[in-house]
Amino acid sequence: MSVDENSKNLEVSVWRGDASGGEYSHYTVPSYSNQTVLDVVSWIQQHCDATLTYRFACRVGMCGSCAMTVNGEPRWTCRTHVNKVIKGDKLTVAPLRNLPVIKDLAADMDPFFEKWVKAKGVHEPSASRHDPMVAVDPQSPQRMAASEGIECINCAVCYSACDTVAANPDYLGPAALQRAWTLVNDEKNKDANSVLDAVSQTGGCHSCHSHGSCTAYCPAELNPMKAVAGLKRTTAFKFLGKRR
Amino acid sequence: MLDVRLYMAQRISALVMAPLVIGHIAVMIYAVQGGLTTAEILGRTQGSLLWFVFYGLFVLAVSVHAAIGLRVIAGEWFGWRGLPLTLFSCAVFILMLLLGARAVMAVTFS
Ligand code: SF4
Ligand code: SF4
Ligand code: FES
Repeated sequence: MSVDENSKNLEVSVWRGDASGGEYSHYTVPSYSNQTVLDVVSWIQQHCDATLTYRFACRVGMCGSCAMTVNGEPRWTCRTHVNKVIKGDKLTVAPLRNLPVIKDLAADMDPFFEKWVKAKGVHEPSASRHDPMVAVDPQSPQRMAASEGIECINCAVCYSACDTVAANPDYLGPAALQRAWTLVNDEKNKDANSVLDAVSQTGGCHSCHSHGSCTAYCPAELNPMKAVAGLKRTTAFKFLGKRR
Repeated sequence: MLDVRLYMAQRISALVMAPLVIGHIAVMIYAVQGGLTTAEILGRTQGSLLWFVFYGLFVLAVSVHAAIGLRVIAGEWFGWRGLPLTLFSCAVFILMLLLGARAVMAVTFS
């Protein structure tokens, strides 16, 4: 990293606190070219306050652990360049919305993953290692629908962006439902019907208002809104089929 | 707030309403040609089984649709859940059904 020619500073507000509350602390951070939001947070932790708590691992957009609210919007901070999101010279960094806070910038991901399980987003194999391998045609429409969602990095950016999650804490949210849709379309998953039943409960896919914030913010450029729409369509047909 | 049954009830009631809305507007446009009088409207609707079924179905679909829609809004805005939310939805449904049925009876009977 090289210091900018005009060596500007950033005025950074960082949310400090825990589950019982908190407030913004203000730091002045030197501005570099090619600086990411995670670089800024790390600089503060290394030079201003070693007790600043935040989470990251891979720094290359693979692990999904570094998501925070940056200038009011959910972002993966390791791949978000400061110059893309800065407003004047001001940067505000807070924990992800819609999740409890553990401390400072580290949100508690438990509710997020509990909802993956509740949506039956857990792969259940349809065969054992002793059975012959299932042939999977990568070009089949069903497999293509499954493949669309498999690059999810579990970052919870979509979950944080979703206004329905904010208004309805029971709602399973875009990531868990996208995972469910992937499994519904995965021929190697045992029981698509049990997944469809799980997402048909109160708080399931039918609570989605199709705002599309999930798709607009997903850093992996996935389309959870489309996956939720797929679940709505499939469960609707299943519902009609049952009563026919 | 919604499970698949309520979701389907809301979609199907919307499906029922769509042609009825178009029919309602079409008849309105036709009816206002050359002035509009109470006698003219009642002359068309009173004692008519067709208009009784038309608006009776309309009222039923609206009651279902609105009760579920308001249920979602009440759940998301006021955080209502469980029994209070169900009672609220049922109250909306019954109120709309009664008001609507009263209007339908008034113009198709007597
Ligand atoms: S489309 Fe559905 S899941 Fe996505 S942000 Fe909107 S309400 Fe949430
Ligand atoms: S769908 Fe996108 S935004 Fe949501 S958890 Fe997966 S990668 Fe993150
Ligand atoms: S640190 Fe792994 S995705 Fe950002």
